[in-house]
Amino acid sequence: MSISEAERVQEHVKVYVMVFVALAVLTVVTVGISYLSLPTALAISVALVVATVKAGLVASYFMHLISEKRVILWILLLAAAFFAALMFLPVGTETGIQPLWPLSM
Amino acid sequence: MASVVLPYQVEPHPVTGVTSGKLGIWLFLASEVMLFGALFSSYVLLRVGSAPEFWPRGVQAGLDVPIGTLNTLVLITSSITMVMSWASLKMERFNAFRIYFGSTIGLGLVFLVVKGFEYGSKFSHGIFPATGWPEASDPSTFYALYFTLTGLHGLHVLLGILVNLYLLGPGTGVWKTDPERFTGRIEIAGLYWHFVDLVWIFLFPVLYLL
Repeated sequence: MSISEAERVQEHVKVYVMVFVALAVLTVVTVGISYLSLPTALAISVALVVATVKAGLVASYFMHLISEKRVILWILLLAAAFFAALMFLPVGTETGIQPLWPLSM
Repeated sequence: MASVVLPYQVEPHPVTGVTSGKLGIWLFLASEVMLFGALFSSYVLLRVGSAPEFWPRGVQAGLDVPIGTLNTLVLITSSITMVMSWASLKMERFNAFRIYFGSTIGLGLVFLVVKGFEYGSKFSHGIFPATGWPEASDPSTFYALYFTLTGLHGLHVLLGILVNLYLLGPGTGVWKTDPERFTGRIEIAGLYWHFVDLVWIFLFPVLYLL
């Protein structure tokens, strides 16, 4: 293994430590915010934004998605699209949006 | 006897640009996104469909936020020890790898033990997956969702620990014969482990804080 690759990994290690600190701080932040008794909609929004940022850090740096090959990103984009559809199904149900395929005739 | 060698375990496939193992684990993780996505979708449907007074915040339902926070920090720490174990192999520091990888397994076990105590506390108070909230009027499925989501996640942690134990034990033989292949295996095990951490990052606020 070339020295340059070992040095490159050494640089990555610094990033991993920074990401870890950020994750720990954001965990404390999200718990702290939960004690503020914010209105429900705001509390849910803030908690999910913080969780999404944390998940983004894990996926981007620990899972190396930031420098991953295109084929992996396409697979995940497809999964993300289906995931979004799953999450919007109940929202559509509650807001009276007509489903494309009605479950009952 | 002629041995069959699976292609593209170490060198990337010319079409995809990644090894077969990496492509496989990402396809698997995409299916896992849908598995947990279906359960999160069920959570949203049941919560939005429930009257607010019949849906508890985690604290009201008796979930311990400090314990949940501790377990979140345990999993986050296990994620950095996991990525450090991979980085150690990249730097050809096998002893450091063993320490980091062993720590990852240990932290996974700590997570499960803490979760076990949480479950035990619920059971001792007569709270089970079929228990409604508030218990007297029984209209909410909060506990069913709590046990299903955390139980499925716990099973994933257990599976990760078992695979990691194999890789730390008999699996290390590959390091001596084919270090690059072993490093690839640890990267793949790491991708799974980080995904399990990532799921908990959403489970914790959804169940404990909101």
